[in-house]
Amino acid sequence: MKNPKKVLILGSGALKIGEAGEFDYSGSQAIKALKEEGITTVLVNPNIATIQTSKFLADTVYFLPVTDYFVEKVIQKEKPDGIFLSFGGQTALNCGLSLEEKGILKQHHVSVLGTPVETIRLSEDRDAFSKHLKKIGIATPQSIAVTSTKDALTVAQKLGYPVMVRSGFALGGQGSGIANNEKELDDITQKAFAFVSQILVEQYLHHFKEIEYEVVRDKDDNCITVCNMENMDPLGIHTGESIVVAPSQTLNNFEYQFLRNKAIEIVRSVEIVGECNVQFALNPNPKTGDIDYYVIEMNARLSRSSALASKATGYPLAYVAAKLALSKNLTEITNKVTGATQACFEPALDYIVVKIPRWDIEKFRGADERIGSSMKSVGEVMGIGRTFEEALQKATRMLDLDFEGVTSEVLLKNQKSTKELLEIPTPKRIFAIAKAIKEGIHTKEIQKLTGINAWFLYRIENIVRAEHRVPKNKEKLNVTKLWELKKLGFSDKKIGQLTHTTGLEIRRLRKKIGVIPSMLQIDTLAGEFPAQTKYLYVTYNAAHHDIMPSHKKGVIVLGSGPYRIGSSVEFDWTSVNTALRLKDHGKKSILINCNPETVSTDYDISDRLYFEELTFERIADIYDFEKPYGVVISVGGQTPNNRAQSLHAYGVPILGTRPEDIDRAEDRSKFSKLLDELEIAQPAWNKFTDFHDALRFAEKVGFPVLIRPSYVLSGTLMRICHNKEELEHFLKDATMVSKDYPLTVSKFIEEAKEIELDAVAKKGKVTASIISEHIENAGVHSGDASIVLPPQHLNRQTMDEITQIGEKLARALSITGPFNIQFLAKDNQVSVIEVNLRASRTFPFISKVTGVDFVMLVVDSFFNQTSPNNPSETESVIKRNNVTKNLSKRLPFVALKVAQFSFARITGADPILHVEMASTGEVACFGKTMLEAFLLGSIAVGGKIPKKGIFLSLGGRQNKEAFIEKAKMLKTLNIPIYATENTSVFLKAYGIKTKMLHKIHEKQSPNVLEYFKKQKIDLVINLVEHQRQDEADHYTIRRAAIDHNIPVFTNLQKASVFTQAITTLKESTLPIKSWEEYTGF
Amino acid sequence: MIGKLVFEDGSIFEGRSFGNNTSVAGELVFQTGMVGYPESLTDPSYAGQILILTYPIIGSYGVPQKKYWESDRIQITGLIVSQYIGTPSHFQSRQTLASWLKENNIPALEITDTRTLAIKLREKGTSLGKIIIKNDVQFYDPNKENLVAKVSLQTAYRVGKGRKKIVLLDCGAKKNIERCLVKRGVEVIVAPWDYDPFAEKEQFDGLVISNGPGDPKMAGRTIQTIKKGLISKIPILGICLGNQLLALAAGGDTGKLKFGHRSHNQPCMMVGSTRCYITTQNHGFAVSKIPKGFSPWFINANDKTNEGIIHQKLPVMSVQFHPEATAGPTDTEWIFDFFLEKAKLL
Repeated sequence: MKNPKKVLILGSGALKIGEAGEFDYSGSQAIKALKEEGITTVLVNPNIATIQTSKFLADTVYFLPVTDYFVEKVIQKEKPDGIFLSFGGQTALNCGLSLEEKGILKQHHVSVLGTPVETIRLSEDRDAFSKHLKKIGIATPQSIAVTSTKDALTVAQKLGYPVMVRSGFALGGQGSGIANNEKELDDITQKAFAFVSQILVEQYLHHFKEIEYEVVRDKDDNCITVCNMENMDPLGIHTGESIVVAPSQTLNNFEYQFLRNKAIEIVRSVEIVGECNVQFALNPNPKTGDIDYYVIEMNARLSRSSALASKATGYPLAYVAAKLALSKNLTEITNKVTGATQACFEPALDYIVVKIPRWDIEKFRGADERIGSSMKSVGEVMGIGRTFEEALQKATRMLDLDFEGVTSEVLLKNQKSTKELLEIPTPKRIFAIAKAIKEGIHTKEIQKLTGINAWFLYRIENIVRAEHRVPKNKEKLNVTKLWELKKLGFSDKKIGQLTHTTGLEIRRLRKKIGVIPSMLQIDTLAGEFPAQTKYLYVTYNAAHHDIMPSHKKGVIVLGSGPYRIGSSVEFDWTSVNTALRLKDHGKKSILINCNPETVSTDYDISDRLYFEELTFERIADIYDFEKPYGVVISVGGQTPNNRAQSLHAYGVPILGTRPEDIDRAEDRSKFSKLLDELEIAQPAWNKFTDFHDALRFAEKVGFPVLIRPSYVLSGTLMRICHNKEELEHFLKDATMVSKDYPLTVSKFIEEAKEIELDAVAKKGKVTASIISEHIENAGVHSGDASIVLPPQHLNRQTMDEITQIGEKLARALSITGPFNIQFLAKDNQVSVIEVNLRASRTFPFISKVTGVDFVMLVVDSFFNQTSPNNPSETESVIKRNNVTKNLSKRLPFVALKVAQFSFARITGADPILHVEMASTGEVACFGKTMLEAFLLGSIAVGGKIPKKGIFLSLGGRQNKEAFIEKAKMLKTLNIPIYATENTSVFLKAYGIKTKMLHKIHEKQSPNVLEYFKKQKIDLVINLVEHQRQDEADHYTIRRAAIDHNIPVFTNLQKASVFTQAITTLKESTLPIKSWEEYTGF
Repeated sequence: MIGKLVFEDGSIFEGRSFGNNTSVAGELVFQTGMVGYPESLTDPSYAGQILILTYPIIGSYGVPQKKYWESDRIQITGLIVSQYIGTPSHFQSRQTLASWLKENNIPALEITDTRTLAIKLREKGTSLGKIIIKNDVQFYDPNKENLVAKVSLQTAYRVGKGRKKIVLLDCGAKKNIERCLVKRGVEVIVAPWDYDPFAEKEQFDGLVISNGPGDPKMAGRTIQTIKKGLISKIPILGICLGNQLLALAAGGDTGKLKFGHRSHNQPCMMVGSTRCYITTQNHGFAVSKIPKGFSPWFINANDKTNEGIIHQKLPVMSVQFHPEATAGPTDTEWIFDFFLEKAKLL
């Protein structure tokens, strides 16, 4: 087959629960593979924070929704001859299948490269897939496809409870679950049918092991398994929610090879070309014979597991899959790690990896913390070690939640009984196991309660016992003891806690007696061949280094750590670009990160990659070994930034703004004083250790106030309180106020605009800055807000003032590197909320919109000379783009960033926008006008132009009045408008007719829930007023809408802009223009 | 108890003893497979060798009943692992690895940095070595003696049922070769390495030469038998050592590799095709000269060494890898079918 000339790649859009950064990795590798073959690449992906949407990767990028409508338009325009469907997760796959089904691909002569569409379809249709497997003699759990709740109940009766419910065509197992009885089944199926038309009711395999294989096949039928993985959690917990080890630990050779063979048989039978994942259930105690297994599912595309397998082994799965899709034979591809061997092999590991998901469930109000067969986690980390104990303890620390290893009890304070914590799977369970062992609960009992194989429990027991044996006094720590503890993955800090001293003290002791870790290479062949790449990890289970230090040539760049609410792929983009830019300054980049979903952890991005913890201890270990020129802490988000002071105190040269100045910006008291000195306005605030003082202050400055506790028991961190009662209630419920845990109270300015300044400075002088504006008023977290460039509603005076404040602060703090300031503006008054001396999450957005690479400016600012290769790059970039200080002023288009929420995933979570961030990702779209860009962005995050009906529930007089005009506009759509009683009566007075629906709790017909269920409503606008008595009823409505897959707007400004957009624009007139066509670069 | 692993060059690595507390000497080799230590330890090809496993966590699923082994005892001379797991969890586990080693009088050390041992062997080539626990012993080169004679069985036995009969010359055969043949419906006479079916006037239809330890040139009597087989045009399949013996018998040559192939992930290209197979391997010697009348059949995709030869006309062939696998992938088990079919033995 001849190579195609132009290939269209579909991305996965915004990061969401179930579909995260792993698809930036896979898409980026695919583009790389295509470029090497001289093939032109066109990418559709609205996720502007990704690395794949960079100039150095895809030739043409469309920041458009990945839906059949838009992709068809791009196909018409670009006329590609090939398309990649399997590199953009379920989103890309679903879109591609739909295009194929409609004959669009055929019509435009676009061939699907790699795995044939029929195969993808077969693998996605669970019923057809199990029939196929039965035909080739492979076991699947007894399962029956149903299309209604009634049928589901009948089938379950037949199979016997508990049953497993699975839905096809859904990412991350959405709509799946285990039902123990009729009621639970009814609940699960109702929700599932809101997303899909068919579900499977299955025999539930209680406490089976879950094992996965990553399989690669080429067109010539060469087939390999790159990696197998074992879930520590038994079947029933989604693999994305499980703690996973690679390779498998409890399988013997027979089981390993048997399942490997079955995986290969399946892959061959459906003629995969590229990469595929097969998941098995394996009975740990087969009643007869040597094996009792079932196939659970197959993913005929790159997946979260394949990204993990890729990082676990060093085998570039996505890159190889892309080459195979271009009809290459596996033996024609070189193993880039060794540079000498073949891609046609199966990696041999001489280490173990442990993946732990990162959950942020407590960030969602009302959320259920139980984990199960659908995904709730927002990110993951991967610990590498040469013992399970070492890898596991590393991974717990990588989560960046202050867990000092698996014996941490941070999550277990004031909790339910240990047994309960064992039985009901939650993010706490792994820690509860260690606690249970400490409490003397027998491993047999733990195994019975958790279903976790005793092998893992024995290993955790080994850790607990070692901890128990630690002497109480550090004088008694000898070389042998320290080695033992370090080999089992204990941190200095933990050992310090156990011996009543500090981690630093243990570090000093350790170094003095020569207990220092080794720097080992991941070489894919367990030492059989030397490796060319520098993919590294740090271990105490070795006694040599595989590499030599970089010395002054090296610069360490700290990556972002796990993706979580508030820190996501945008910081991977900044880390990657920093590493790349360092090359221009003749430096060797040394990247540290521990997140397997990232591009920064591809070994060909940096000169050296340490897949490691971002803890002080580990960074200091690497620093001690490498002895580099310096460390960059300002491009990976808050985690690396938090290391500034400890690293500085240890004597590590921090590149950029001095740590003392960072402290002046981060310490609220010092910063407030600085603002006063500079005569910059700020909202009134103070710190309190006593509730009554806090209340007096709130009453003095006037409610509402913004509360920021320093210690939280549960629930959210920040809250706006509108009156004394709310303040009392909040403080009693969620937080503690004491000397140790002071409370910050600041005046909350209502109806204020929120504005951001992003800038880079060098030695206190601003090199470039940009102002962007939030659509939502202050009160919505900046990470959740819609951000527009250039600003649409700011006058010259405000803009100038903001720019000047930026310059003043840059000077006062002697900033070198990136910074971001958040402002409030009301009645032409500007005040500063906070400043961060690090790259903000909008860096990729502003860089890609303005064409000024802010990261490049940041790296240049670290060095006395600008890049020797490009002497005055900074200046020339700014000149070339004909921009001065206010970069945004000259843009002939509008770009708008819209947040992606994943509320549907978090059972019970309230979808309301507030001061705590809740979004999991973002997109940015371009347009001639703000409305165009906003509508595109809204569609890209799953919004729809309503076609069936709109439900309005406008809380409070203020909201009602503010929405009158918009309600009139909605009428012009000529679709039914429904409203709650109050809203309906109110709107009628203004001549706007609506149909009244009862609230859910009123249990009267016509009821809003009934209309949701009948799919008569496809837009809900629920504006919320504080201090409402009936808030709980509104929550029920919002939540029901989310559970029925209906878009919900809860913010007045956002709802208003959306209304304007859908009433003045049509999908068919939205521009289909590439990034380049907008920006001209 | 602490023991020492001593290399021929004098370098010493200490580790905790978890097997039998005796000192031994042999050849040091490393193996990179991630599963299958019970199979590897009972593989007679490892006779005379101290085995270093590069996968760092060993012992996790204990030791199964004898019927799952590759021979009826542990064949290695000594074992080196990074972390020994004494708390196995598997339904087939009957005892711990440590107790099994002790039962078989095999010493074993936990030397944390097994990676450095593997790299040392990779860079410097195979080395003699010894495990010293308590008393010292002399270095010993197993390749200087006929190991095949030591591990081969004493008296022949018959197994399996079928119309055709195959003689399997046991030069240190893994049990699974026999299982693979029997499974395919042939009668198998499993015979000692020096058994000469021609001299014994045994009626048989094919000859299979097994794997085995050491330098192939030591097994002269097996080579003689193969020569007779070639003359009488009997179908022959050689496996691993059997590959080298066939090459020698047919006029080819063999040589020692720098550090050998011992892993479950060796890619082998089938010459003249687009197919590449993932194979299990365990050998220190290889065919260096293809005999006349034969063609190269397989080639190692990594280091391009020969991995099998096939006669241009006759059903005579051999492979350097292990089609019977155990431990490792079974992707080349079809070699048995191919042989039986070409030899018209099915």
